[in-house]
Amino acid sequence: MDQQKYLKDISDIKQMMHRSSRFISLSGWSGIAAGCYAIIGAAVAYFFFLPSGGFLLLDSQNFYAMLLVLAGVAVLSILTAVIITTRKAARENTPIWDRTTQRLLLNFLIPLLTGGIYILIKLTSQHYGLTASLMLIFYGLALVNASRYTLGNVKYLGYVEIVVGLLCAAFPGYGLWFWVFGFGIMHIIYGSIMLVQEKN
Amino acid sequence: MGIIDNINKLFDHRIRLGIMSILMVNEEADFSRLKELLEVTDGNLASHLKTLEKENYIKVHKQFINRKPNTSYEATKEGKQAFQKHIEALEALISKN
Repeated sequence: MDQQKYLKDISDIKQMMHRSSRFISLSGWSGIAAGCYAIIGAAVAYFFFLPSGGFLLLDSQNFYAMLLVLAGVAVLSILTAVIITTRKAARENTPIWDRTTQRLLLNFLIPLLTGGIYILIKLTSQHYGLTASLMLIFYGLALVNASRYTLGNVKYLGYVEIVVGLLCAAFPGYGLWFWVFGFGIMHIIYGSIMLVQEKN
Repeated sequence: MGIIDNINKLFDHRIRLGIMSILMVNEEADFSRLKELLEVTDGNLASHLKTLEKENYIKVHKQFINRKPNTSYEATKEGKQAFQKHIEALEALISKN
């Protein structure tokens, strides 16, 4: 007799947790878009700026061109995520700039900016080698840190990025490929999982 | 002692269940946000919040934002544990049958 009630309670709990936090979680499409930008960016870098045949980047001019491409990928991804999330919030009539969002952003940005500044400092002293690895690791840490303020599987995406980043450090020279995997393929997989979950 | 003993009577109500669900995933939520999410009247929400507060399951923060009073709520550690236990009991009961 109570079976139905328990089931309803569980589904109420899930729905309420979802409704009260969903708008701050990135939608599946943002993830897929970010993944596609990353792959396109990496392809551009690979075909235009990478010295043919070699995977080591010693030519610093090309390296900076590549950094510009990466920065472009990041800016485009963030813009897309902001636009999609804002529109979704407007549609569902939920405020977007409340204290949870502020906390989420703060906790996301602390590791990310730390990493970004660290990478820039290393770059100015010609330490190029670990850039991809550091980007992945700090991005992963940022995701794990921010995941406390949202539902969903962001935490696991963060763990994967950290592991990919560490592997990337262990296999020097293949930075671009780890980068494509971490930022491209993983975002597309994550986005697709989110899309499937949103439909349920 | 059966699983049924872990079912918390306090959470056996739609609004209190809702309040706890929201506070489990949000560090805090203010009165108007809870009201909007749960679609209840002021008086109704206030009385259920009071009940949870008395049990020490939630903490109340009163402050002023732009000179307007603002009351926000946060689940206590105790409240989170109790609610977690309640969810586990619900799940156990469902899977048992």
